[in-house]
Amino acid sequence: MRITVNGTSHEVDVEPDMPLLWVLRDELGLTGTKYGCGIAQCGACTVHVDGLAVRACQHPIGTLDGARITTIEGLGEEDSVHPVQRAWIETQVAQCGYCQSGQIMQAISLLEGDPNPSDETIDRLMSGNLCRCGTYPRIRAAVRLAASRMGA
Amino acid sequence: MGTLRKVGRRAFLIGSAAIAGGVAFGTFMVARPHANPLEDGLAEDEATFNPWVKISADRITLITPHADIGQGVVHMQATLIAEELDLDHGQFLTEYGPPSPAYYNHAFAAEGAPFLSTDTSLGAETARAALGAFVKVTGLQGTGGSTSTPDSFDKLRQAGAVARETLKLAAAEVSGIAVNELKTESGAVVLPDGTRLPYTDLAATAATLDPVQQVTLRSPDRWRLIGKPSERRDVVAKSTGRQLYGIDLEVPGMVHATVRTNPRRAAMLGYDASAARDMPGVRDIIEITNGIAVLADNTWRAFQAARAVEIDWAPAPYPPEQADHWAEVARSFTEDRLDRLWRDIGDAGAALSAAEVIEAEYRTPYVAHQPLEPLNAIVRVTDDGAEVWTGHQTPGFLQQVVADVTGHEPDAVVFHNQHSGGSFGHRLELDFVRQAAEIATRLSGTPIKMTYAREEDFVQDFPRHIGMARGRGAIRDGQVRTIDIQVAAVSALRSQFRRLGQPSPGPDLQIPAGVWNAPYGNLSDFRVRAYAVPELAPTSSWRSVGASSGGFYIESFLDELIRAAGADPIDERLRLIDSPVAAEVLRTVAEMSDWGAPLGEGKGRGVALVESFGVPVAEVVEVTNTPDGIRVDKVWVAADAGMIVDPVNTENQIQGGVVWGLGHAINSEVTYSDGIAQQTNYHAAEGMRLYQTPQIEVRTLTNNRTVRGIGEPPVPPAAPALANAIFDATGQRLREMPFHNFIRFV
Repeated sequence: MRITVNGTSHEVDVEPDMPLLWVLRDELGLTGTKYGCGIAQCGACTVHVDGLAVRACQHPIGTLDGARITTIEGLGEEDSVHPVQRAWIETQVAQCGYCQSGQIMQAISLLEGDPNPSDETIDRLMSGNLCRCGTYPRIRAAVRLAASRMGA
Repeated sequence: MGTLRKVGRRAFLIGSAAIAGGVAFGTFMVARPHANPLEDGLAEDEATFNPWVKISADRITLITPHADIGQGVVHMQATLIAEELDLDHGQFLTEYGPPSPAYYNHAFAAEGAPFLSTDTSLGAETARAALGAFVKVTGLQGTGGSTSTPDSFDKLRQAGAVARETLKLAAAEVSGIAVNELKTESGAVVLPDGTRLPYTDLAATAATLDPVQQVTLRSPDRWRLIGKPSERRDVVAKSTGRQLYGIDLEVPGMVHATVRTNPRRAAMLGYDASAARDMPGVRDIIEITNGIAVLADNTWRAFQAARAVEIDWAPAPYPPEQADHWAEVARSFTEDRLDRLWRDIGDAGAALSAAEVIEAEYRTPYVAHQPLEPLNAIVRVTDDGAEVWTGHQTPGFLQQVVADVTGHEPDAVVFHNQHSGGSFGHRLELDFVRQAAEIATRLSGTPIKMTYAREEDFVQDFPRHIGMARGRGAIRDGQVRTIDIQVAAVSALRSQFRRLGQPSPGPDLQIPAGVWNAPYGNLSDFRVRAYAVPELAPTSSWRSVGASSGGFYIESFLDELIRAAGADPIDERLRLIDSPVAAEVLRTVAEMSDWGAPLGEGKGRGVALVESFGVPVAEVVEVTNTPDGIRVDKVWVAADAGMIVDPVNTENQIQGGVVWGLGHAINSEVTYSDGIAQQTNYHAAEGMRLYQTPQIEVRTLTNNRTVRGIGEPPVPPAAPALANAIFDATGQRLREMPFHNFIRFV
């Protein structure tokens, strides 16, 4: 089957039930998307499929033929990062950093759907992404910072 | 040296008995510095000044031996060296360096000595010095116990200053200008006429010089970096998916692997891998200690095949049911299991026999570490040695374990430490390294990358120890007079040392941690007795170790007594505190939270003050009792870790520590049934999620007499402050975690 990842088309020859997560990590070498739980409980593997945030561990590659996929690597280079990443950097959100790819992909999707989210919306839509280090106060601040800039 | 290190390691233990062993090696060995491990691997014309700095013609490399498990210590260590070396962030690379006794952690000593952190008596200081000398002789390198900053603070500034002065000497040789006319600035020696000689240009000359050893450290008013906000070195990489963790590495030719070993920590009786062998990508399925390993060409295929293996596990060597674990703890409050009488002010026995006694019992469950990066390791074993890529907190022990498995000498084990996606104590463990080494030994020459499935990581986790406390106390005239508290817990440290094959005699300071050192020296009577429960399920150090339980016991019980006395929780604590540093922390949190101001309908507040790792931390928690359950609204935190190196990261660590403490107190436990941990993924033990996270306001004080670490101390006060707040809001007293078993949360 054929998928487009970060604008590049890939022919993937694996069994159709292999989750997108492992195609990205082990077959395409895109390791920015993380394995955390495998059962959609942590959000570390969040990517965009046709513009929507999804858990890559829950999507068998066989269901994604022709899909457009964006991972953290596809957002921008280090000197021209996405505004949400810029907010993440300025707020210094990361501790261990392992969950942050997923947090950022989730936050971008949230802001694309609701450029001016209420605190309740942020809480609700970011709660599927676990951060064991407890960076949540900074995640909230970074989402608000990004929203204030992107809305402007 | 090898023999001495071996003897030293065997004799090493945390506790007073180690001191006798330490001085036996004599002052000569103690005074002699360890060899600089960087001298072996230098490029041509590259200079090394000490184990922390090397400079070549094209790069400056700072060695930051403490492992970064998310707590930001690479940035912290680099900041200390760069401060004295006059480097700016961005002008240098960092490396973990090889495992070496040169990187021994002298701050382990301060934590190992059984004296109050405020005790500066001759006896306490002598014990710390002797234990410090012992740690140096044994070369114990490690990250943990919030020791990275205290270990590094003087040592790494000194290392930077030595390099700076030696580079000035090289510049003097090159320019013919006297050293005292030279300055350093932003990676260069500056001549009187303003000419800049970059350090990298001076490396070849510096390499021919003996490092200058007499150096003066800068006074704090001249610091450019320490104490100032800066952008953490790894924050861009961690916001762009570019940060590589052990789980992301690829070594050419490597084979993927995963394991399943007995979740009851015993033997494997038999297995049937016939179905699994035929699955896509499977290369082999082999037997390892207590289980099987699947070798495959992809991580997911290895996981799938491992699940398909049918395995017959032997029964657990500990009681199979959780209730039996609790029963064992409950019957451990006996004279023959007394580990130590830790504190005995006044005469608690007499006072309680003459008063109306208030009693309460508390429990703290097993809790899993479960950092988000599952355990993993890449190992390659050859006839000549072994090479290991993983994140680990004790490189020396890791070398020893791989040596034991492979038959090589520890020095033949090359270790490449990696940034870890969290640890919280998990990466002190070595079973996963042992397993990866076992697999790699069977595939001699081929690197194997072993990754745990999350479910395997949960059931093979070594959780926080379980424990109970029984408090008996007395009040009089509106004051708390007597506290007699007994703590019975499994010793996580002994469990860890047993797995290392090391003895750990002497009382375990972590059983009563947070309790025995509570700063309430003004109590009329204060007795703390610790009882060691024989090991049940194997346990481990969990962020803040004993104090995560002990803080809950003492601060909950004290709160019960204060409420019974009708006193104010902060005023009465202040009356009982005999430590000015702790008192100021408590006064600060009272001011921050406007303690005593009227609260809205359904709201309640609680306070707790716990000292751990030498850092007193006070927290006020505010909750609202809503129709749907308890909502945690806000937390105010005051902490005194002395000098702060990195204020941004310190705030982040404190907030994270509060989230960790609250989240697990509310939501998480590990329970055993049929000898197996019942919680196998985050749905059953999630800690805290964003929607439950309160606002967290932080203030740091600098009255502490020594520089301390901040990774763990914010954890212990969170649970008791929350329980005390819930009592204030509802009248319901929570004496056992996780709280969600007893009250609903929003």
